[in-house]
Amino acid sequence: MANISLSTETKTRNWHKTGKQLVPFAYLSPTIILLTVLSLIPIAIVFYYSLMDNVIITREPPAFVGISNYVEIITDSVFRQALGHTLYLTIISVIAHLILGLSFAMLLNTEMISPGMRALFRVVYILPWVFTASIIAVLWRLMLNPNGIINYMLISVGLVSEQIEWLSSRQLALPAVTLINIWAGYPFYMVSLLAGLQGIPKDLYDAGTIDGASRTQLFRYITLPQLKPIIISLAMLDFIWTTHQFTLIWMTTGGGPIRATEVLSTFTYKLAFSSYQFSLASANAFIILALSIGVALFYVRNQRATDE
Amino acid sequence: MNNMMTKSTKTGITKALVFVALLLGALFAGFPVLWMLSSSLKSNTEIFAYPPRLISESFSLDAYRAVLTNPEQLRFFFNSYLISTMVTIFTLIVGILGGYSFSRYKFKFKSHLNVIIIGVQAVPPITLMIPYFGLIVALKLYNTYWALILTYMVFTLPYAIIMMTGYFNTLPRDLDEAVLIDGGTSFVALWRVLVPISLPGIVSVGVYTFMLAWNEFLFALTLTRTNDMRTVPVGIQLLMGQHSYEWNQMMAMSVLGSLPVLILFLIFQRYFIAGMSAGSVKG
Repeated sequence: MANISLSTETKTRNWHKTGKQLVPFAYLSPTIILLTVLSLIPIAIVFYYSLMDNVIITREPPAFVGISNYVEIITDSVFRQALGHTLYLTIISVIAHLILGLSFAMLLNTEMISPGMRALFRVVYILPWVFTASIIAVLWRLMLNPNGIINYMLISVGLVSEQIEWLSSRQLALPAVTLINIWAGYPFYMVSLLAGLQGIPKDLYDAGTIDGASRTQLFRYITLPQLKPIIISLAMLDFIWTTHQFTLIWMTTGGGPIRATEVLSTFTYKLAFSSYQFSLASANAFIILALSIGVALFYVRNQRATDE
Repeated sequence: MNNMMTKSTKTGITKALVFVALLLGALFAGFPVLWMLSSSLKSNTEIFAYPPRLISESFSLDAYRAVLTNPEQLRFFFNSYLISTMVTIFTLIVGILGGYSFSRYKFKFKSHLNVIIIGVQAVPPITLMIPYFGLIVALKLYNTYWALILTYMVFTLPYAIIMMTGYFNTLPRDLDEAVLIDGGTSFVALWRVLVPISLPGIVSVGVYTFMLAWNEFLFALTLTRTNDMRTVPVGIQLLMGQHSYEWNQMMAMSVLGSLPVLILFLIFQRYFIAGMSAGSVKG
């Protein structure tokens, strides 16, 4: 607890100037140490690994190979497939999350039902968010089992005629995993958008109604513009998080069948811990990092713009 | 008169439509959860019974009994509780100190540090996993609680600092300045004055941190090896391999594994929702 004694000392030294400047750093020292050890150094290490051959588990000494790992990854067809699957999963999830989140938020914000009912529905609607990804994965594997409840319901209403192998079909596995991710992720949007809706001043709607605007016009010209900053934040955060999604895919399909649901994170994990190609895995991991940081910079800029 | 009639039937129809939409939404959100609960109360042979039933004739708590009397599975719960609690305590201490600094001081590199802290949240766990594996093995922490407690802080801490900074910013500076004028230190101002009145914010950060730690999967999978060190999310995966699909037990374990977060959520709903929306809604 060096920071305690340091801050006490500096204060008693009667606001000595340089001492005073150290105080905020003293409070931040555990944070700075932890984040250096847990993120800056590891990022440097993974970058170093990505430029080397024979790292971590090897018989031969590491050797500098420059960008050849990156070249090998980028020209690998599995990498391109994984990138494609990641983008499919991410873009469809973000759009569906937004539509579901906004629809549910508006339903929960309506004054047509009593506040008690609204509170009850709100709890039910947030439910998927309470469950962790590995539990969601097991639950949906049960429901999407060929003999499971989802096929039973679809057959009962006549939508399909035979049992569908959702997660072991090459065509359907990726859409099925995307559906699970949509179910798991919309509450985050809903809660934020609901808070946003409640923050829109009522007079805006009153003024709109007096001017004779229809419901659709009110939505188009008041609700959407007012929610825009939140929507952009949510979409960018979700984009970053969904490209990182590992657990859900690992626990439902493991990237299969035959790589049909392989995404960047499962691909990296397999490179590292199934085939022990840590150099290639590091190059891949660094590419994912670069993509995420790119989106994050965009996000920070957007946040700054809304702050001003 | 006629006009008014159509208007009231129109609102009546809208009301009915809204209600139907609400029910459909609730079915989409809630049915899988209901099915989890229902399946955990069946015998394993009834899981895929045709036609399926929400409450089966074989209704029993056997699956729960099996999970709760299996020492290996109880150990998953113990590990998860221990790790999540420790992560929460450490994150809160470090996060409160960091948030205080950001809220009350102006200093060099403040905006740079702020960008780094926001940026760390965008770092993919999979990118950190490879160097962590090397680091944790080198530090001789592989397959220990510390491996997970330490690494989980990389994603709980940035969130905690951002939230605590925001919370402290809402509190008037006069509060801590009064302590300083009375001759107290900034440290006393923080722990005796700011922390006690920040309890709602701290609780909200605490439950969110606990939840993040409770749910973590990738690091727990990679940085532990033996079953006695596994957490609940990884334990469920193990159960899937070992027991040739004891679905009822997996569902019972899922229900039990979700209870802590569910209970925290129901008690602290308001704080949870504040925490969830804080990231994207400007206060």
